[in-house]
Amino acid sequence: MTALVLDGGIALLTIGIAAWTIRAGDDFAAVVGFIAYGLVLTLAWTRLGAYDVALTEAAIGGGATGVILMRAGARVKPAPASRPSRLARIIVGALSAAVAAGLAAVVLLPPQPAPSLALDVREHLASTGLGNPIGGVLMAYRAADTFLETVVVLLALFGVWSLGRDAHWGGRPGPAPRPGIGGPLPLFARILVPAGIVIGIYIVWVGADAPGGKFQGATILAAMAILAGMAGLVAAPATSGRRLRWLLAAGPIVFVGIGLAGIPLAGAFLAYPPGFEKPLILVIEVALTVSLAAMLALIVAGPPERSP
Amino acid sequence: MNAAMLATTPGGGLLVAAITVPVIGILLLWLVRPRDVETVALAALLANLGVALAVLEKVAAGAAPLVYLIGGWQPPLGLALRADGIAAVFMAMAAIVLVPVAVYARGQFGAPGERRPMVFWTMLLAITAALNLIFLGEDLFNLYVALELLTFAAVPLVSLDGSRETLKAALRYLVFALAGSVLYLLGVAIIYGAYGTLDLGGLAALRGPDGALLVAVGLMTAGLAAKTALFPLHLWLPPAHAGAPPAASAVLSALVVKGSFFIALRLWFDLLPPERAVAGSTLLGVFGAAAVVVGSAMALRQARLKLLVAYSTVAQLGYLFLVFPLGLGSGAAPFESTAWTAGALQLMAHAFAKAAMFMAAGLVYEAIGHDRIAEFRGLGRIAPLTVLTMTLASISLMGLPPSGGFSAKWLMLTAAFGEGAWWWVLVIAAGGLLAAGYVFRILVPAFTPPEEPAARKKPVVVTREAAALALALAAILIGFLPLAPWPLLAVGRIAAGAP
Repeated sequence: MTALVLDGGIALLTIGIAAWTIRAGDDFAAVVGFIAYGLVLTLAWTRLGAYDVALTEAAIGGGATGVILMRAGARVKPAPASRPSRLARIIVGALSAAVAAGLAAVVLLPPQPAPSLALDVREHLASTGLGNPIGGVLMAYRAADTFLETVVVLLALFGVWSLGRDAHWGGRPGPAPRPGIGGPLPLFARILVPAGIVIGIYIVWVGADAPGGKFQGATILAAMAILAGMAGLVAAPATSGRRLRWLLAAGPIVFVGIGLAGIPLAGAFLAYPPGFEKPLILVIEVALTVSLAAMLALIVAGPPERSP
Repeated sequence: MNAAMLATTPGGGLLVAAITVPVIGILLLWLVRPRDVETVALAALLANLGVALAVLEKVAAGAAPLVYLIGGWQPPLGLALRADGIAAVFMAMAAIVLVPVAVYARGQFGAPGERRPMVFWTMLLAITAALNLIFLGEDLFNLYVALELLTFAAVPLVSLDGSRETLKAALRYLVFALAGSVLYLLGVAIIYGAYGTLDLGGLAALRGPDGALLVAVGLMTAGLAAKTALFPLHLWLPPAHAGAPPAASAVLSALVVKGSFFIALRLWFDLLPPERAVAGSTLLGVFGAAAVVVGSAMALRQARLKLLVAYSTVAQLGYLFLVFPLGLGSGAAPFESTAWTAGALQLMAHAFAKAAMFMAAGLVYEAIGHDRIAEFRGLGRIAPLTVLTMTLASISLMGLPPSGGFSAKWLMLTAAFGEGAWWWVLVIAAGGLLAAGYVFRILVPAFTPPEEPAARKKPVVVTREAAALALALAAILIGFLPLAPWPLLAVGRIAAGAP
């Protein structure tokens, strides 16, 4: 009974916040609604026992995306909103309702028991040296997807950089820091950032055997970098810096290097030599964490805005 | 429940090279000295061409697909790469288009170390990797990753010039492309929920209730149609393709929109139960037919060459969607059908001709300082090689013999006549006439002698004109393939109707 009330409450809250976000009067309110929506979704995933998804939703959906939207909202000048015509809105509404109805029908009529690869995943997990089945999927069975997803994030960063002006290419993102920001933010950052770095590293470390991993850990580390930057404690690096470029490329290079070494040593691309699975996976995870944290922090920092 | 066990075939390592070569190229671009960027990119594209041709040779020689199991894991747990006949042909076609585009683009984006060359060469290699993965991927989520790579590589190319209009065009493209991604991913989630596998081979072998599959494929097709700019979801394409720099437009129009189309092809021909696919295919054909008519009519009305060429893409993509009703409706063995070969030829002929056309449009702009069609008089005197390129590409776009466009449309007409489907015959014929209308609007003034001798604004490098001409010639040359179903295109397809 308690569970039903709790789940029903979360479901109603999700829909309520979604509707409120759509109806929100201005950009700032809509972004706040979106962040709250991400947090409620995190609760929903937790109730479903999908802790990895919950962590990711909290970090990326509510956290990183929220910060990006907040910055974008602050930069975009309020423009007179052009409302689509009544007919267009009716068509969009009808199509959305049709999609929702189709989804509801499919979700409510799943085959029993639901087919799944989960048993397969567990069965082969021992040979990967990992204890977390999701880690096994990401780093062994579907390592190619994981590798290419990090390339997608890298491309997204280059895409963000490409939006800067020619004169600023290679320069530092964001406006020049104002010296001596007062208020509670620097103090808050000094206290939270060290703790946050420890938590981020911990989340990566436990990812091998429990919910967590490089994507979630890297997001927390990136958030700490952003916080320190917002408090004026660190400056964003110049995007043309060689050390920064190597930092960004390190993860993908280590990943593809170990992957290619698997061809002579383990018989296939992205296979790990027997007995060395876990150490090699950890090496890749650490390298990826560093690169991903840098990529995510820089995506939030935005295109270069100061001459190199 | 599992399909037949797969194993890595001899030569399968080439498929790993097809994915890793361009990606390693991207990483190197950002680490080498700025003045070496173009060399690294060109080397990666040449290596990619070598890999693609080697794959084509092996598939053709063995008449069997190449397979590679990544990490040694069997699907559906792991991922496999698989080059069947049509994948090998398309991969080679893309690799062939990319090299002249790169030759044409060298030195066009400013000094080494600036913004535009870094972004252009990075995104060109990313498009290469994404397309190769789309052709070789055998898993619906793996294909999603490839689609994301393609989107994140294509959008920045649109706004490469950095002007307000191109930023708006890029943003509109991004919105359409991301909506497409969301719909595709929803479909992937539904299919995993209902069948517990995302492996195309394993899914094709499944038989049973298919309600979830229909909803999923419906959502995914809508998403892919937005990414392919199928009418009426084409609204983003003309400003995006016309606003990008010519070398980028060439790749966007010739190759990028074909990536999402190829995945739609796989969903309909490999995944849907044949009787269901036949029922829905008419709808796709109707949208395709509307694209042919509306796109051509819009092309007829454009005052600027690049917009005309972009609207021509909307029309020519429409033909591709006629493959669904013609290929699926003919009964058994769709991969050996005339329509299957017609669609593949149309895709390739359009890729060659449209890349040549956009590159020529760029050269016209450089030669006379504008691309207003009304003022093209005397262009033939100023830029003879460029006008020759446009003429050859136009022959293929119109579907005149001998050209790839002619073979494609001839085979399409044959297929339509064979099924007694006269309404598709009307669309194909009308499309050819309308195409003649819009290309003659360019060619007639270009060939008219000028009233007073006009001068070139800027000398053009001959290698750049030659690169565009080579692609136009390729569009003509594939017209010399025999006018019959091409057996290579059926090699290794998972037969949808097979038990």
